[in-house]
Amino acid sequence: MFTNSLDAAVAAAGQSAPGAGEAVIRVRGLQKRYGDHEAVRGIDLEVRRGEIFAFLGPNGAGKTTTVEILEGFRQASGGSVEVLGRDPWQAPGSWRARLGIVLQESGAEPGLNVRECVALYAGYYPAPRNIDETIALVGLAEQSGERATSLSGGQRRRLDVALALIGDPELIFLDEPTTGFDPSARRAAWEVVAGLRDLGKTIFLTTHYMEEAERLADRIAVIAAGQIVAEGTPQTLGGRQLEAAQISFRLPASTATRELPPELDERLQTDPDGDLRLPSTLVTADLHVLTGWALERGIELDDLEVSRPTLEDVYLQLTSEE
Amino acid sequence: MYFLIKRLIRMWQARQAQPATVEFSGTPREDGRSAASRGPLALLLHEALYDLKISARSPRARFMGFFFPIVLLVVFTGVFGSGHTVVDHVRVALKVFYVPGILAMSIVVNAYASLVILVSGLRERGVLKRRRATPVPAVVLIGGQALSTVVTTAVSAAILLLIAKLAYGVGIAGPAILAIACTALVGTFAFACIGYAVSGMIGSQDAAQPIVQMTMLPLWFISGVFIPVASLSRGLKDVAAVFPVQHLANSLHMASVHSSFGASISGTDIIVLAIWAAGAAAFAAWRFSWLPAGVSA
Repeated sequence: MFTNSLDAAVAAAGQSAPGAGEAVIRVRGLQKRYGDHEAVRGIDLEVRRGEIFAFLGPNGAGKTTTVEILEGFRQASGGSVEVLGRDPWQAPGSWRARLGIVLQESGAEPGLNVRECVALYAGYYPAPRNIDETIALVGLAEQSGERATSLSGGQRRRLDVALALIGDPELIFLDEPTTGFDPSARRAAWEVVAGLRDLGKTIFLTTHYMEEAERLADRIAVIAAGQIVAEGTPQTLGGRQLEAAQISFRLPASTATRELPPELDERLQTDPDGDLRLPSTLVTADLHVLTGWALERGIELDDLEVSRPTLEDVYLQLTSEE
Repeated sequence: MYFLIKRLIRMWQARQAQPATVEFSGTPREDGRSAASRGPLALLLHEALYDLKISARSPRARFMGFFFPIVLLVVFTGVFGSGHTVVDHVRVALKVFYVPGILAMSIVVNAYASLVILVSGLRERGVLKRRRATPVPAVVLIGGQALSTVVTTAVSAAILLLIAKLAYGVGIAGPAILAIACTALVGTFAFACIGYAVSGMIGSQDAAQPIVQMTMLPLWFISGVFIPVASLSRGLKDVAAVFPVQHLANSLHMASVHSSFGASISGTDIIVLAIWAAGAAAFAAWRFSWLPAGVSA
């Protein structure tokens, strides 16, 4: 429903974002202390114009603190922070006009309907987007006259996105935008976010869902215990591309594993539930040997699958080390 | 009304507009200029208008600020209205006493109780933080809310005075009405400041309700709102004199027994209210937070 209007907006926006590639967020040695507790312990970040940057980390790792410092809600204890060329803590209102923020938790404006909510926020900005067009962009055109408090969770989140977009920002913070969504609402939200990238917006995303980061992000940074423990693309995070792939399969009960070609048998691992797993750096060759052997003997390899460690595996490994 | 006028202006502008050069822009802009682009005053009115809408549509605010004072006025005058008391050396019927008393109560409820509960709720749900994330200055957000509170209080006061006149024949002289308006304005401002100061100490809307009741109810009994000050002990009067409710009520009571402007307003009480306002504003500036409590980690 909203994809059509989004497509139209994207087509109108054209392909090239001005100043693509320049740093929109630049953080060096950022520290934040609350009394004796060091929540953020000297992190570096750089987010370039036009990219979707995912910031991951377990609860209490310093994620929210970092985001709130970038948004200008908290003052850093040390290091340098530059967002859209300004120190967020001292930035004026005109700086805020270039920013859109979807907070992790923000309730509906009580008593106002969807259109009134968006109109209230439109009044805050010097050159807001068109109100009805923005409501249509997030797919709430039909709910325009409904009270914000009566919207479903997913609809309310879309309203949050509309409120963040109404000022036509260059940089958008999305703090766990799909927490609590059902799978279809999550997919719909992803389309909205992907559409924002196509509009040339820079997006700073925090999330608990690895699939979300993998689907949307150009780059990912992982924070654990106040420090960045890994940074890279979804494909390369934590050296993921270098890890061995796994070939997994089952053999019929009548066939023993020692009947396999010896070069495979010696590397074979057996899971407690009877699945066989073969770590492989030369997947094509190993598969060729394995399937050739199976065809020769007329054996069907059940559940044959090739997999690499998922982003979630990498993430759990990274964040458990601390 | 505001929207109707705005709409008419917009329609007129649309008729005037010539089909000029077609400008292709990727981002459709809002037609007409935004409140922020029309200057700080327009932005303040914009905020006040929406805050007014929010409070007008809140069943709790409607009940507490409008119906509750009317019900109390009806009950008190019905039960005790035939008795008499002394206000500023003038012997008056209790029904005359109750009109400014309940008026003071409605000001406290609208400017203090409703505000504390609303603001704590908005903060707890992250609405204040989201508004603060926009370019709108803090002074506009607070000023807009204050302006909306002044309008709500004025409407509530007008309804009360009208009912007093029509139902109980308690009329107030013209200059005295002006004095009431001045006292009410200072009182509203003082209690709104106190409201912001108190809401800075409250973490949740659940906590706001009992705190508001606890701070408000006892003062109504000892400040000449429900019970004439003349029938209170010296000790209670001294306690009440420290707090702002008594000063608001006292200045309003003067207007019910006098007819000239000067006699209908108490300068001392206004000064005490102003001191409370200044102290509360300073405390709020130091302690008020836009962020929900305990979310950082």
